[in-house]
Amino acid sequence: MRKQVEGSAAVAEAVALARPEVICAYPISPQTHIVEGLGERVKSGSLTPCEFINVESEFAAMSVAIGSSAAGARTYTATASQGLLFMAEAVYNASGLGLPIVMTVANRAIGAPINIWNDHSDSMSQRDCGWLQLFAETNQEALDLHIQAFKIAEELSMPVMVCMDGFILTHAYEGVDMPTQAEVDAFLPPYEPRQVLDPAEPVSIGAMVGPEAFMEVRYLAHAKQTMALERIPQIAAEFKQRFGRDSGGLVRPYRTEDAETIVVALGSVLGTIQDAVDEMRAAGVKIGVLGIQSFRPFPLAAVRAALQGAKRVVVLEKSFSVGLGGVVSTDVRLALSGLQLHGYTVVAGLGGRAISKASLVRTFTEATSDSLQSLTFMDLDWRIVNRQLEREAATRRSGPIAENLLRDVGSIASKVT
Amino acid sequence: MTTPIKFYQTGTFTVGNRLLTPEQRSVQSSEERSNALNSGHRACQGCGEALGARYVVDAAMRATHNQLIAANATGCLEVFSTPYPETSWQLPWIHSLFGNAAAVGTGIAAALKVKAQKNGTANNVRVIAQGGDGGTTDIGFGCLSGMFERNDDVLYICYDNEAYMNTGVQRSSATPMGARTATTMAVGAHPGAPAGQGKNLPQIAMAHEIPYVATATVADLRDLEAKVEKAMSIRGARYLHVLVPCPLGWGSASHDTIKLARLARETGLFPVFEAEHGEVTAVTQLRHPVPVQEYLKLQKRFAHLFGPKGDAQMLARIQADADRNIRRFKLLEQEA
Repeated sequence: MRKQVEGSAAVAEAVALARPEVICAYPISPQTHIVEGLGERVKSGSLTPCEFINVESEFAAMSVAIGSSAAGARTYTATASQGLLFMAEAVYNASGLGLPIVMTVANRAIGAPINIWNDHSDSMSQRDCGWLQLFAETNQEALDLHIQAFKIAEELSMPVMVCMDGFILTHAYEGVDMPTQAEVDAFLPPYEPRQVLDPAEPVSIGAMVGPEAFMEVRYLAHAKQTMALERIPQIAAEFKQRFGRDSGGLVRPYRTEDAETIVVALGSVLGTIQDAVDEMRAAGVKIGVLGIQSFRPFPLAAVRAALQGAKRVVVLEKSFSVGLGGVVSTDVRLALSGLQLHGYTVVAGLGGRAISKASLVRTFTEATSDSLQSLTFMDLDWRIVNRQLEREAATRRSGPIAENLLRDVGSIASKVT
Repeated sequence: MTTPIKFYQTGTFTVGNRLLTPEQRSVQSSEERSNALNSGHRACQGCGEALGARYVVDAAMRATHNQLIAANATGCLEVFSTPYPETSWQLPWIHSLFGNAAAVGTGIAAALKVKAQKNGTANNVRVIAQGGDGGTTDIGFGCLSGMFERNDDVLYICYDNEAYMNTGVQRSSATPMGARTATTMAVGAHPGAPAGQGKNLPQIAMAHEIPYVATATVADLRDLEAKVEKAMSIRGARYLHVLVPCPLGWGSASHDTIKLARLARETGLFPVFEAEHGEVTAVTQLRHPVPVQEYLKLQKRFAHLFGPKGDAQMLARIQADADRNIRRFKLLEQEA
């Protein structure tokens, strides 16, 4: 059924259709609307039997999820930004214990300075934690990926993060096609845990492991992600067959067949990039886009296959590895090892900075003439950056950076002397 | 038929307490005990925590007809009982992290509730969560307070040995004043743990007005078992704080574990009581309060308080603390 709803509401509905048995939640922007929607369903009795637990922190949220998943309940939580970092210790633990928890990450920047708007710094900070990370481009994809996520998680007994851009998707109203309960039930069987805390068959979960087995356990985590590389596209194909929509899989190529320049990106920015690419194609530029939907496991082979015919690759990313450059770029370059391609990293949209089609076209045009810096910060205001660098060189105590920059752009008043 | 014998402390001095009437006997004297924390683990000789945990878990097993799941914090108890691929636990058991045993317990309880609802069965499986004083009073405090506040159906047991023993005896917020640890050294003008710091977790638990809070020691094992059984007869958040001497961390003889636990109670330093919904309902009274020196002298962690360069001032403060507990909890037996 077609519905015009907020992205968060669409996700709440999709999660409810998956019949979770335990939901734990701590509020953090821009995730809140999702768990509010689920809390309302549990309270009103429309989602039953289900326990909705209001916890005191994100660390507790993931810890409750660990307990309930280990005891055999289908478990869901959602978070963002500082919240994901606060639960990081338990995030690693959930995957180490092989618990198929599904979690939405409403992607948001990480402070300081505190900033509630969208970029991908939060989930990228957890890229090595052993969770699968699936990125949604649209609200329809976010909805569909959640239903697929439970199936992938439970088949492989490993946790899945569904990443969707905070505000851009979570707070945007779009038309989505909502599956029926019967359709979801037919696609997603009840959760059958691989190991469960049960007095009838006692097991010890989470024993201390020494050097004699730890490496092997960690290797097996990798082996499971390799299995996920196969299952994710299979489950996406099954989803398409049942629901008639292509949403899921590893990568999404767009006009890449004959492209000399290919832009790689994740999440909601893909739509804007496709528009920019259409515009440049109309002007005769051979350019295409490769959307990455599965960031973990990283589909090295699929990325290599999609990019190897190009002359240059531009990775546009909304996260940043301070001291190096791009986060996704590192993985893309690994996929391209041995190929003679020009590679560019474009960091854009940090902390919610708007990514305009005009800026994208300008940046990609520079790339096609190979006049782009290998590491570019799109729409960075060099004027205020340089002024602060001069200030720091001249004065030992130059004051708080963000406040200085805001004063430079006239956002806050200077001190009256 | 055995002749009933009146013991001052049942379960401590009575070997296997088989001389007692059956209903007074400890779970451990029964051949049908669950042995939920099995022998063969790697605890130190004289470990109070191993003893306490064994009695607590077996009593909880009996109270629940073996329908019990345990969540464990990181710490000595977890490390000595589960060196992979071995385990001493004969009940479903999970260890996740140092600071989240209470929250993991909450999650298990929630899952059990839904499962029972789904299957249309009674929710008979019960949950305990357990940790040391570090995992309880410090790093796990937030999760524990959350579990209390929501009144989740979990019995949380803190095995208090008054410092971080698993990492080499560092101070915790349950370390008593004057005690030497690796981070409160016996040096300087004020050696040992500073006075006026630390948390009284049983009282903090009481402030949450949860259904049941109790303290116990491994010197009074029958009392410990009775408190576990009582706790398991109640639904909701419950807290049991067990004093478990640590020969390694306290610098005491392995054979003095029980003696020290008893002296901690008899000096008044560790008041043994029960509280329901925030009100004290029962205390274990003292016949004759023992001077704190008798307790402290047996432990190397307090050695710097004695001898020619001793610390009479600190000893007086510790004694005053014990006296305050005796007054506050009305620990002295009233004359008939």
